[in-house]
Amino acid sequence: MTADLLTLRGVHTHIGAYHILHGVDLSVPRGQLTMLLGRNGAGKTTTLRTIMGLWHASKGSISFDGRDITATPTPRIAGLNIAYVPENMGIFADLTVKENMLLAARQAKHAGQIDDERLKWIFSLFPAVEKFWNHPAGKLSGGQKQMLAVSRAIIEPRELLIIDEPSKGLAPVIINNMIDAFAQLKASGVTILLVEQNINFAKRLGDTVAVMDNGVVVHAGSMQALAEDEETQHSLLGLAI
Amino acid sequence: MLKRILSNDFPRSRVLAVILVALLLALAFTPFVFSGVKALNVAAKVLIFLVLVASFDLLLGYTGIVSFAHTMFFGIGAYGIAIASARMGPGWDAVIAGLLASLALSFVLALLVGLFSLRVRAIFFSMITLAVAAAFQTLASQLSDITGGEDGLTFKVPQVLSPGFRISETPWLGVHLDGRLICYYLLFFTALAAVLAMLRIVNSPFGRVLQAIRENEFRAEAIGYRVVVYRTTSSILSALFATLAGAMLAIWLRYNGPDTSLSFEIMLDVLLIVVIGGMGTIYGAAIGSGIFVVAQSYLQDLLKLASDATSALPWLSALLSPDRWLLWLGLLFVLSVYHFPTGVVGRLRAARHSA
Amino acid sequence: MNALDFDWKPMALVPVLALLVLPFIGSPSTWVTLTVAGLAMGMIIFIIASGLTLVFGLMDVLNFGHGVFIALGAFVATSVLGSMGDYTASENLWQNLLAVFPAMVIAMLVAGAVGLAFERYIVRPVYGNHLKQILITMGGMIIGEEMIKVIWGPQQIALPLPAGMRGSLLLGDAAVEKYRVIAVVVGLLVFAILLWVLTRTKAGLLIRAGVQDREMVESLGYRIKVLFIGVFVAGSALAGLGGVMWGLYQQSITPQMGAQVNVLIFIVLIIGGLGSTTGALIGALLVGLMANYTGFLVPKAALFSNIALMMAILLWRPQGVYALGK
Repeated sequence: MTADLLTLRGVHTHIGAYHILHGVDLSVPRGQLTMLLGRNGAGKTTTLRTIMGLWHASKGSISFDGRDITATPTPRIAGLNIAYVPENMGIFADLTVKENMLLAARQAKHAGQIDDERLKWIFSLFPAVEKFWNHPAGKLSGGQKQMLAVSRAIIEPRELLIIDEPSKGLAPVIINNMIDAFAQLKASGVTILLVEQNINFAKRLGDTVAVMDNGVVVHAGSMQALAEDEETQHSLLGLAI
Repeated sequence: MLKRILSNDFPRSRVLAVILVALLLALAFTPFVFSGVKALNVAAKVLIFLVLVASFDLLLGYTGIVSFAHTMFFGIGAYGIAIASARMGPGWDAVIAGLLASLALSFVLALLVGLFSLRVRAIFFSMITLAVAAAFQTLASQLSDITGGEDGLTFKVPQVLSPGFRISETPWLGVHLDGRLICYYLLFFTALAAVLAMLRIVNSPFGRVLQAIRENEFRAEAIGYRVVVYRTTSSILSALFATLAGAMLAIWLRYNGPDTSLSFEIMLDVLLIVVIGGMGTIYGAAIGSGIFVVAQSYLQDLLKLASDATSALPWLSALLSPDRWLLWLGLLFVLSVYHFPTGVVGRLRAARHSA
Repeated sequence: MNALDFDWKPMALVPVLALLVLPFIGSPSTWVTLTVAGLAMGMIIFIIASGLTLVFGLMDVLNFGHGVFIALGAFVATSVLGSMGDYTASENLWQNLLAVFPAMVIAMLVAGAVGLAFERYIVRPVYGNHLKQILITMGGMIIGEEMIKVIWGPQQIALPLPAGMRGSLLLGDAAVEKYRVIAVVVGLLVFAILLWVLTRTKAGLLIRAGVQDREMVESLGYRIKVLFIGVFVAGSALAGLGGVMWGLYQQSITPQMGAQVNVLIFIVLIIGGLGSTTGALIGALLVGLMANYTGFLVPKAALFSNIALMMAILLWRPQGVYALGK
């Protein structure tokens, strides 16, 4: 069993004529929360999409739990128990909240088969999901959609969560709930790769940090080390938040 | 000077240039080189399709618009001449009146179509043009008072162009100097002028903007070009040339009916030619028309031979029957789209670069 | 907050059209006959269109060759019915159904099988390129039409209704053709089954989700390509069924019937919105009604009336009555 659950080596991604990733090296250790930071346009979302196979890496390799997933199609990658919450949340607006959750619960053939315990836990964290259970997901507010998106990712046990800016538009109390949820997940052994601007996430949950700029990772190390190193913080501050 | 005539749009491939010159010479001297009525008819058809397909290429290859209503303009041009000649009696005044009227009608319709295309999604637009073309064909066969209905209109052309007219009784270089010959050369020079004009259009600043819009509409708009204006203008120009082709058809056949110019088969033929020849090249229309019309006219004879030869195996014979010409066309079509996406012209040009 | 904030306006179009026309037609009994005929035609068109709209909505594939399945279904059924003369000659409706039902099933199976090949060899190579799709699927339809001519011959073939399905029922003063009532029933059945599959099964859920956001469905772990093949085959089979019913409606079939119905289908899809089953139903009913009403009032304007209807709806909602936010 490798110490790193997910490893990227020298990953390049081209979108049409545009060369976005210029050799990304990233390691996501098991059971820890890795934060991916960087200013807008640094390539964070592109990196996540490349991992998920939505965009193809033109060079380099990506491996998950020891197996090479560089050219694996997206559904297979998800089938390896990797959950992805995209920046735009990917909510199916015409489907109800219940139907959205049912889709995410691959093991369940109909709503009755969704794990009750798990659902109760999600309801306790994100009350809106329970409140609007039978309503079309498109009617939810931005923050509520965000809650639904994260709920979908955790409705079944997953090994790796890849999440793109989950706290956008959320009230502080909900953000706290989300941080609690991630802490609980981490405690149960789930690995998380998180793109996030919110400093609280970093402080309470961040184990490892990687900072991106111009399509490459310019700094990688433990969160603790970064917290103690004011000089690096300053030089990266322009890049990070 | 050649540069100016071709508007700086050279064939860019020696093989292509040779083929084009050969085609030009063949068409120019058909009455003298190839004997028989059929050969002349085939050549005239090539000329007409050349203009029609080139006008379609202007719309599809250069502007990126897929419109199935193109045959509508073809039909308008043909009916314009037909109705005018039938009503006003044969003569140049009928031809001119018919031509002007049909060009005006096409102008208006193309304007409406162009403006409408921007209101709906591209896919909707293509589907709508399909419906409109079908409706127009039905309309033509139903307004029988004006259009002669299903039977169409037979009419006479100006005396100079009619078969009976003779410049001199004695043949020259083995060819009778009759109205048919004159008519053929009228078509020839019209087609030549039309193609050169279209080359001029697509190589002008206007044409460059069209291509920019085809590649990335959003960006073109952002730079400051009003896409509406360019698209609509292109629609109109394309329609006008198609109308001209229709007029050419009517003058040659001295007859027009719903199936002659409005049938869906013609639309498919145009599509096939533009794909085989090469989209966005104008020269593709020339090559494609040449290949297609000649093949269509003579291949059917070949199929007949093959069908007779395999009469021992009835199922094979049925497949090879000349009536099933369209089946092989369809197969060719599908294969071309897969393997010849840039058409003959594209292939020849690419070969030149890689050599 | 209302959980079912349903957009009812498009549904109202159907009864509105029917009522608007009443004063022009004059006699209520004629109106009833025409309306039933229109609904029957609309239902048949819906059966054909439903598959196509899902194919486009789900996979963004434009199949201009859908007509080939219509014709195929009709021709296969004709052959089957032709060989079951005893059952079709009988005046007993149930005996007739014993012939018609297998004919429909076989037609659907053949159309579905050809659909499988069509998807694999014609459509799959051109995913993502609309222009090529249009060209290739048209080519596919030409090939299909010609093959039908090779197998069955190029001429029109009569497809008479089985004896027990002929004739009319009397609703008060109005004469309503038996077959048309059957067509409406079958259409409603198909709609009900489609709706059930779409709303009550996980596969249906996947289709509805895929129509909105294909990438996300894949990111959730589902192989949407397999789903698409299934939808394409189902759509082809439905077109085959529609072809059978259309053939019986017209009581004759020609190899070109696919291309002819294609135009109507496109009008329906544009009115209904690409990807919406309910939209397709509304569009189909409107088109069917319009064709029959104008066929009675102004016969020459039949096709034009449908185009005018389409234009009018596009001016109201440029994406069709039930547009999917894409």
